[in-house]
Amino acid sequence: MTTTLEAPQTEQPDADVASGPSWKIPILLGVVGLIAFILFGLGTPSGTHTTFVVSRGSDAIQIPSWAVPAQAFALFLTISALLLAGVSAWGVATRRKLGSWVPILFGLAIIASILVWAGAGKTATSIQVTGLLIGTVVLATPLVFGALAGMVCERSGVVNIAIEGQLLSGAFMAALVAGAVAGATGSSTVGAYAGLLAAPLAGALLGAMLALFAVRYWVDQIVVGVVLNVLAVGLTNFFFGTVMRENPDLNRAIGLPDITIPLLSDIPVVGPVFFDQNLLVYAMYALVIIFNVMLFKSRWGLRVRAVGEHPKAADTVGIKVNRTRVRNTILGGAIAGLGGAFFTVASGLAFNKEMTGGKGYIALAAMILGRWSPKGALAAAMLFGFADSLREQFGIIGTSIPSQFLAMLPYLATIFAVAGLVGHVRPPAAENIPYKK
Amino acid sequence: MKLELKGITKRFGTFTANDSIDLVVEPGKVHALLGENGAGKSTLMNVLFGLYVADEGEVLLDGKPADFDGPGDAMAAGIGMVHQHFMLVPPFTVAENVMLGHEQVKGAAKLLDLEAARAKVKEISDRFKFDVDPDAVIEDLPVGAQQRVEIIKALSRDAKILILDEPTAVLTPQETDELLSIVKDLRDAGTAVVLITHKLREVQAVADTITVIRRGKVVGTAEPTASQAELASLMVGRDVSMTVDKDEAKPGKVMLTVDDLSVVDEEGIARLKHVSFNVRAGEILAIAGVQGNGQTELAEALLGVVPTTAGTAMLDGEIITDKPIKDVLHSGMGFVPEDRTEDGLVASFTIANNLILDLHDKAPYAKGMALQPKVIAEEAEKHVEQFDVRTTSIEATASSLSGGNQQKVVLARELSRPLKLLIASQPTRGLDVGSIEFVHKRIIAERDGGAAVIIVSSELDEVLALADRIAVMYHGEIVGIVPPDTDRDTLGLMMAGAHEEEAA
Repeated sequence: MTTTLEAPQTEQPDADVASGPSWKIPILLGVVGLIAFILFGLGTPSGTHTTFVVSRGSDAIQIPSWAVPAQAFALFLTISALLLAGVSAWGVATRRKLGSWVPILFGLAIIASILVWAGAGKTATSIQVTGLLIGTVVLATPLVFGALAGMVCERSGVVNIAIEGQLLSGAFMAALVAGAVAGATGSSTVGAYAGLLAAPLAGALLGAMLALFAVRYWVDQIVVGVVLNVLAVGLTNFFFGTVMRENPDLNRAIGLPDITIPLLSDIPVVGPVFFDQNLLVYAMYALVIIFNVMLFKSRWGLRVRAVGEHPKAADTVGIKVNRTRVRNTILGGAIAGLGGAFFTVASGLAFNKEMTGGKGYIALAAMILGRWSPKGALAAAMLFGFADSLREQFGIIGTSIPSQFLAMLPYLATIFAVAGLVGHVRPPAAENIPYKK
Repeated sequence: MKLELKGITKRFGTFTANDSIDLVVEPGKVHALLGENGAGKSTLMNVLFGLYVADEGEVLLDGKPADFDGPGDAMAAGIGMVHQHFMLVPPFTVAENVMLGHEQVKGAAKLLDLEAARAKVKEISDRFKFDVDPDAVIEDLPVGAQQRVEIIKALSRDAKILILDEPTAVLTPQETDELLSIVKDLRDAGTAVVLITHKLREVQAVADTITVIRRGKVVGTAEPTASQAELASLMVGRDVSMTVDKDEAKPGKVMLTVDDLSVVDEEGIARLKHVSFNVRAGEILAIAGVQGNGQTELAEALLGVVPTTAGTAMLDGEIITDKPIKDVLHSGMGFVPEDRTEDGLVASFTIANNLILDLHDKAPYAKGMALQPKVIAEEAEKHVEQFDVRTTSIEATASSLSGGNQQKVVLARELSRPLKLLIASQPTRGLDVGSIEFVHKRIIAERDGGAAVIIVSSELDEVLALADRIAVMYHGEIVGIVPPDTDRDTLGLMMAGAHEEEAA
């Protein structure tokens, strides 16, 4: 409305005028808790046991498996969840700030109760704890790359909704180059690493196109992003149907070898989860740490954030706004492209049509849930990765839940997290606003 | 450092914003650049600061030509600018804002040296008694403190020439006084200060030299001892009356009763807190206050544009809160929004159509589903003449008009209905002195015609000129309602939150 400067406002809403505290979260927790209590607490047959297997057969140090009486345990967990919902309601009623531990513990209790319920009375199969966690990290990897890519762009004021397309093109390029180099050198390992190197180029190319239209020609960034996603699908489908079909050698299942870190990888649970992965996963951790430092502690980060929050202020102190944005958009594209290699060379799979399956959009949600910070993006991506891993685990042990509903799990977690837990987040102020002098 | 501008000309299309302007700024002096809104002062300074490229002319620093390719060069040359709209990143701390663009780094990793930036802020803050905490986040600071951060930012780059662009537009009178004393301190420390303003009182208080600009040209220089009337006529180009002629108000029955009205915005922040007052027919209640203290929300809540969370407003015995806006308008409310280009007019519509935005579906402008272009045109011609709208045709778009003429169109539309209550927000913001006189006369005529009038204005001069009673708002509350002869200092303290008894 008004374009002039506003006087500062008291940020504390006055209790008597404000429309009252929000009961959304206690109600949400209560409803979910009640459903869990009925379905998983009361629904678990009595007299059965659920077995949690911690160690894998190949682990150096074996931890004994753990069998719990299913119904008692499921009841305990779901009642705990209901109590936590009550704590949350008490917090709202007495206007205390409880912090995020309540919803986190609540989520853990619900998930554990589902696991107990699903594994109850199954003698042939059991809950593989380590496998669940390995799956979490692996499945979170493309999300972390995607979220970092979005963050690098958006912190400078460019919305990157083309993450999906950048992942897809990265996946395609990694497979293509891996196949070509492996064919030429005869070593699939060399091929896989070459694919890993090539993947960012494809993403960067899409990033450059986004920068061109968004920064140079002021086209709406959301529209450009969507168009680029469609373009990436079209191009990869085309080459998949032509080049790759005519030369099957160019699209083979080539995988990056796992790099096992001595000693550390022998630690139970932690070892296989964190220290027995391929290069791309280690690169993910490195990037999260590097960007966390760079964004908040370096000259580059300060300037990028200034450009994304108040470009004119940045301009008046001599920072080149549009140059910063172009560079960041291309860099973001490259990061997403690298993440795309996960789908092919890092998973040991051949390229397939539209194989990213919407992961780019979940990465976007992870970025928002993580409040545009690398650390937050990692945590949020892990949450979504866990939901995805849970789905796989259920698929293996077999439950009465139809598989279509299980497939929804990551997306449900996304909606639940973004709508219910994020609360009010503030994106960079100059997002999706072209800088015109 | 001595700054000279020689023959600076800057054109935007066919419009000449600066027409061969010459200016000399001496070190240790305050040079006031006086002119009305739109006279070309800010354009000139943006040229000097490297934000615009001049079409002709040159900038000399200590006699040497300077060629700035962007603000970075200007700053490197020792020119600092405090913009009218602050150039501070709201979520950053003071230290981060000050270091931005010339960050010091430390260590092998070349990470930001926040300590150095903090020390720098502290040093400058202590030197001029600014009382600014280097770790405070900008968006939590009051406007006056933000402005001091801007000055620190300029000084931390060793600015020898400091440009202040309309620095007092957002300040309370007390903050203005503080700023003017800071300007004097800076001048005594040897800084050349360029003060861009249209407020005569400030010019008289601190200027050593005064250059007056009108329609992009230097029209003269004046001594600080010149009277306000002399300065004003130089600025406007003709003699202007500095006061508004109006008769004693003859308040009638209570027309508007506002009781316990509250507004909470989308983010859950209370913008209007339990506001109660009334306005009588035939009187003007002026709402004074620094911008952003709930005045906008109050005006918009009365019209119904923003939802209220508590309380009621009654117009002539009828409750208008939670009524559709259309009904509120037709029950006799006229509304002049504070941002006329955004909320008052449809810029791409013709003047004729803008004049019937509120009545387009009513006879005689409409018959059934069809508009009556002939009637609309006739009425428009009548209004354009009555309100002295300077335009080539009623078919010209609203966007082709100057600010003053746009405001006349808005007024013509709102005053064409029989009104019980007129609400005018910032009715003369950005208008030239001639238009201001006209708008003020129409508002007083409306009062004398028996309407209740609410004026929202952040210009104390306007409040004092028009008001029959003054309500001062601070942080969403009315801190007091005082008579129009209350002195400026009392009003100033009230605008900073003090209650009437404390302020008097």
